[in-house]
This record gives sequence, C-alpha cells and structure tokens, in this order.
Amino acid sequence: MKAFTTLTGIAAPLPLSNVDTDKIIPARHLKTIERTGLGKHLFDTLRYNADGSENPEFVLNREPYRHAEVLIAYENFGCGSSREHAPWALLDFGIRCVIAPDFADIFHGNSFKNGILPIKLPREICEQLMDDARLGANARVTIDLERQVVVRPNGEEIPFEVDPLRRHMLLEGLDEIDQTMAHTAAIGTYEAMQASDKPWLAGPGTTALMDTAR
Amino acid sequence: MANAPRTLFDKIWAAHVVETLPDGTVLLYIDRHLIHEVTSPQAFEGLRAAGRRLRRPDATIGVVDHNVPTSADRLTAVNEPESALQIATLERNVAEFDVPYIPLADARQGIVHVIGPELGLSLPGVTLVCGDSHTSTHGALGALAFGIGTSEVEHVMATQTLLQKPAKNMRVTVEGTLPVGCGAKDIVLAIIGQIGTAGGTGHVIEFAGSAIRALDMAGRMTVCNMSIEAGARAGMIAPDETTFAYVTGRQFAPKGEALEQAIAWWKTLPSDADAVFDKDVTIDAATIAPMVTWGTNPEAVVPITGTVPDPADEPDPERRAQLQRMVDYMALTPGQKLAGTPVDVVFIGSCTNSRIEDIRAAAAIARGRHVAPGVRALVVPGSGLVKKQAEEEGLDRILLDAGFEWREAGCSMCLGMNPDKLTPGQRCASTSNRNFEGRQGPGGRTHLVSPAMAAAAAVTGRLTDVRELAA
Ligand code: SF4
Repeated sequence: MKAFTTLTGIAAPLPLSNVDTDKIIPARHLKTIERTGLGKHLFDTLRYNADGSENPEFVLNREPYRHAEVLIAYENFGCGSSREHAPWALLDFGIRCVIAPDFADIFHGNSFKNGILPIKLPREICEQLMDDARLGANARVTIDLERQVVVRPNGEEIPFEVDPLRRHMLLEGLDEIDQTMAHTAAIGTYEAMQASDKPWLAGPGTTALMDTAR
Repeated sequence: MANAPRTLFDKIWAAHVVETLPDGTVLLYIDRHLIHEVTSPQAFEGLRAAGRRLRRPDATIGVVDHNVPTSADRLTAVNEPESALQIATLERNVAEFDVPYIPLADARQGIVHVIGPELGLSLPGVTLVCGDSHTSTHGALGALAFGIGTSEVEHVMATQTLLQKPAKNMRVTVEGTLPVGCGAKDIVLAIIGQIGTAGGTGHVIEFAGSAIRALDMAGRMTVCNMSIEAGARAGMIAPDETTFAYVTGRQFAPKGEALEQAIAWWKTLPSDADAVFDKDVTIDAATIAPMVTWGTNPEAVVPITGTVPDPADEPDPERRAQLQRMVDYMALTPGQKLAGTPVDVVFIGSCTNSRIEDIRAAAAIARGRHVAPGVRALVVPGSGLVKKQAEEEGLDRILLDAGFEWREAGCSMCLGMNPDKLTPGQRCASTSNRNFEGRQGPGGRTHLVSPAMAAAAAVTGRLTDVRELAA
C-alpha cells in the first residue's frame, strides 16, 4: 500500500451530507475484477448527463478540481454498501483524503484499508474548509499525518484525531496483512492446538471435494 | 474470570482468539471461508500482486451464484459479458490458488449461504466468513458467521484470521406459539419492524425463546439471514438436537466418533442461564401475523391486514420526507390497505427462502390453483440439491402445473446482477431480504413476504392474506 505522510493539493468542495456509496459509484459499475479503473465512474450520476457527456456544473469537471486530492463533505459520508468500490473509485480518481464531520462506519474502515485518510472535523471547521476549497487553485491545503494537522491556505493549523494504529500503518504504508503476518507464529500455534483439540474441524479440502461424484 | 457466565457468542469468540493486541483488537481465527465471483476477484488480485498464497485453501470453498443465469440452457447460453468475466475469473483463480470449487455444472452448485449448511461446511461453534452480508445465515447452526469486505477476504485468504473488535451481546426472545399461516419470515420481519434497521448495530443477536426453538433449521436460517437487516454484526441460535440431527450425515460434516466428539463440545456452547446481554428484547409469537413490507427498507413493514402509513402523521421532518419518498417510490397511497395491491411478478428464492421447506410451503398454496393472468411467478431453488429433492417430491410438477417457472439455482431476482430482473415500475412480491430502491432491477418495487404469502400473491395476482387461502 502507498504510504501516506504529507499531502499538499487541491481540495474539492462537495457540500452534501449523506453521500452514499451509490452516489460515489453506482452499483451498475461494481461488476469489475480489478481495483483500478473505477475513477472514471466516480460520482457518475452527478458527474455525467444522461447522454454520457460531462455535467460542467459538477465540481470535479471543473479546473482545478479535476486534479483534486482532497474532498471536503458534510455528515455521514459513505453510507450504504459495504463493498469497497467506493474507496477504490476515490483512490483511482486521485483522492487520498476525505474531510467530513463524520463518516459511515464501514466506509471509514474501508478507507484506511485502501490507503485513504478520512478526517473527522466539526461541522463549523468543515464549513471553513469548504470555503477555502471554493477558492480553487489559490487554496492548496496540506494534510500532515505525521503532525496530525490540516494546514489551511492562510497557514492556520487545525489538529485532528486519528487512531494511533491506523496512523502508524498509513505512515509506513503497511496493510493489515503485513501487520498480521508478523503474528504468523501465533497463528501456527493456534492451528496446532485446534488440530489436536478439535480434529473434526479440519476443512473439507480440495481432494474431498474433487473425489465426490457429481 | 473463567467462570463468569458467558453467552453463545462469547464462547465461540473466546475459542477463536489467536492473540489480543494492545488496543483490544483481537486476531480471530477463521475456520471456514466461502468465496464467490463478485467479492473475490480483487482479493485474488491483491494476493497475486504481493506474491502470497492462501494459508488454508482446504478451509476455503468457492462457488458461483450472484451472476449466474437461472435458465435451463445456462451452461451453453451466452451470459452478460461482465458476469461471464467474473465467473471466468473465479474459475481461473481457484485453479491457480488450489481452492476447492463447485462449478456451475455440479449438482451441488447454489447460493453460497444455502450450500454451506447443506454440505456440512457450516457447523456449530465455528467461525465462518464470506464476502457477502447475508453470511449471518450460517449463525442458525450456532456458528459465528458474518459478512466481510474484499480487503478482509484477502486478509483471511493470506492469514486465516481477521482483526476484529468484540461485538456487544443482544438477545431477541420470541416466546409462545406462532399463529397459523405464519412462519420464520414473519418472525424476522416482525422483529425488524419492532427494533428497526439499526436495532442491532454493533451487536451480535442471539435469537432465543420457544418460538425459535420450535423452528426447523430452514426457518432458523431465514431468521439469522435477515439479522443483518436489523443492523446486527451477526445473528445466531444456540445449537440443540434439531441442529445435531440436521448436521448428521452431511457431506463434509464430521462423522462417527468425530461427530460425537464435536457434539460433546457443541452442547457446551449455549449461553449460560445467567449470562448478561447488553440489550434484551422479547416478542410474543402470538401477536405476529403474516407480514409484508410496504416501503424501501425492511423496517417499513406491517401485517398484511395493515395499511400504508401516512407520512403526514410523522412529526420529524427528515423522517417525514423519507416516508414520503418511500410511498412515492412504491407508488402507494397513504392509508391504503396492503391486501389487494396488484403485483406483476412473484419471486420465490434467495438465501432467505429457497430451501426445500420454503418450496414445500409455496407448493402447498399453489397446489390445485393457477398463477393469476398477467403475473410472472418464478421459483428458484437455492441449490441444485434443493432442486433435485423438490423434483423427487413432485413439487416441480405442482408448481409448473400451476403456472410457476421452475428455474436453476442461483441468487436470481434477489438482486439485479443477472438476467432475472424487474423492469422499471414492476411490483414484486418477493421472498428475498432487501427491498431497497432498484435492488431487484432499476425502478422495481419490492414487497418482502414469506414463501406462502408469495405463492398466495401469485395465484390471486395481488398481495393476499395467505390465511384466506388455507384449507
Ligand atoms: S440470494 Fe441475495 S442476499 Fe443472498 S447471497 Fe444472493 S444476492 Fe446476496
């Protein structure tokens, strides 16, 4: 996973609450076999007209927001489905950080798992950042995960909270699998104990499945 | 605290803790991992990119269900290209990573949550996961079973564990005798109607009480299946003699002495009498009636004798707008009686209600009757084995003679991901689990009901109180 340390970039204002996963990426684009390539469908229904042309009003279709790396939104961002296509689509577009007053639980977890930093800040501060973001290229925002601050274009620093373990993993670019791999010995010990205590629990195994007549 | 009273969930959880990390997160061992074509491709992609293998391919099993057509010619017919690609990708991945796999042509193919219990892969006391929210179904056996996202699918593949925070315990007790004409689906819809779609958030729900004990395994699976619709992390029911009898003789279940050894442990799993639940709800079974949803989430449910609520009666403006949107989407009128509403399509199937018991219930209503003119009625068995058994019992003939379609196993019209879909504006009485906007096809309108109620809607052409058809 790509490490996240400090990011300075364009923030796009999306002044909506309850942005659900279907808005982030509609269900009809979920039939993929790869994580990449979903960026073009990000916010599909807001971003494109019925005939497939771009809606020039939508923020991500305007300069400089086509290159946005941060998204500012309102309450309950990411509600809806547990599928990870929403963070994949954001990431593929280039968004690495979403700032909102709060997030839907599953989306929040899925973001960290995919290298996106979700930052919770009070509504009033999100409104300030929303105004900053409206200034476009004149207003680059910095997210410093090391120091846990958002730096506004005027230089003001806004501290934010983040789970220490999640922070560590993002900073190091570690995914949860790397983390768990460090416990391989304990997993092996558990398996040995289970095999002796509960031998009936052994899995069906490939051979057993193949051996059975149709 | 080894002797502190514990719940069913606590006991299974404790038996699977590999390690507790400093912040309280637990590395939880996973005994069984079921995979399907929709949520696995990116997980395999991740493994491949990192050069990893599955830690326990022998504890994993793959099957195709979400995207498969359910027509008789499906082995040769051309599928939608994206579905075909997902299916082909799963087949390539299971071959490359040595994962046991049940192909479409196998008689045992079916919906992942139907085949797990049916083949004896799901067992009491195990931890079982799948990249699908309705994995809670397997909790009916007294397993800890829950749905996971694709990153977690990859995590289980690589490590056979998950990083988990403990859930809270909730108990829903259903006491007494169900009225005639009601079944497990009505119980669970009534529960969701009472506690709401967020009633179980952060909790694992244990279903208890005499009305739950009296359910057969199919009914228990229906109840646990929909616990996720109440927001719960998982649903479970303590294993008992009904469970042991069900497990015995299943293809991959322990046999002989191993089974005895397993049962001895399973008998220790039910919650201790004085175990404490963070949340406790009791429902009187006698008050339950055949249920039907009127809105676009499962909590928008009333007895079939009920009416569509009037959003104007709702004081909270946000709630009121939400109710209004539901009424509009469903093209209903406030105050309207649900019974008598005409339907276009009837769907009997999905991991909620596609087991042999469900098909029997539908056939009992269909026998000697005929699907109403203009109504399309599909019966989609949950697995090839269910289909075979139903055919041995002659249920297919009863249904076909009554004008129902008798199809091949799969998720079918539970979600608009395969050729079985509603067209915009169509109204469907469905035995599935989600009535969200567009779930069964864009613009489709879903009324969730039991299999008997669905069959009653098919033969009358309208939402009907099944009790009026009985006898
Ligand atoms: S039947 Fe429906 S709910 Fe069940 S696994 Fe298939 S799509 Fe999901």
